[in-house]
Amino acid sequence: MDAEVITGEDMLDIEVSSGFGCDLISDSLCFSRPECLLITGLTNIQIVRVADMIEARAILFVRGKKPGRDIIRVAREKKLPLMVTRRFLFESCGLLYQHGLRSS
Amino acid sequence: MKLEFVIEGMDFTRAGEAAAKIKKALQLVGMEVETVRKSVIVAYEAEMNIVIHARSGTLTARVYPDRVEIEAADEGPGIPDISLALQEGYSTAPPHIREMGFGAGMGLPNIQRSSDELHIDSKVGIGTKLTSTIMNRTSGV
Repeated sequence: MDAEVITGEDMLDIEVSSGFGCDLISDSLCFSRPECLLITGLTNIQIVRVADMIEARAILFVRGKKPGRDIIRVAREKKLPLMVTRRFLFESCGLLYQHGLRSS
Repeated sequence: MKLEFVIEGMDFTRAGEAAAKIKKALQLVGMEVETVRKSVIVAYEAEMNIVIHARSGTLTARVYPDRVEIEAADEGPGIPDISLALQEGYSTAPPHIREMGFGAGMGLPNIQRSSDELHIDSKVGIGTKLTSTIMNRTSGV
């Protein structure tokens, strides 16, 4: 993914069971499955709160969007790895699908 | 068990904390996974509606062995047309809220879809009270 790990370097061996790509908070909450990788361009604090509630395993931010310090701090507290890639949402999901990750 | 939280309008930093605490409490008392999932959707969407639209409000969860009741009562602009607000895609959220990933008009429809019973009372210029009941159905029944 050419992704930079923002936080959670020590957790990169965890497994995700599915992927969910979305730029809407409500849809992330309603349609994703526990233990998924959340792929999104949203970098506000609410995406971390939702990721925690849906029991996502990690967040991959697309389009090179980096979250702010307060978001990184909350993610650390919740032991939620954060990564960022310059790829777009479509390409990121496509690459992950190509490598075997399936939809939530 | 009763959990009650005060929610402040436009406080996006703390928004979602009440729903997260409700989730933890429901898991601790051993509610069914699907009951917890639906309750979290209702609690989070209702909490965000207060944060986005109202001046302030309270989010209350009452937990019984057979059901969860979630009540969101706010002081805010009220909803002039409830049936319109329940339509998917209808939203009055301003652009800066939409940029945060909200305002797609799915909040109330998601609450309705996740509720076994839903009552909404609203007075324009005064506020809104939403009461949702989620039945705690045993898995496989």
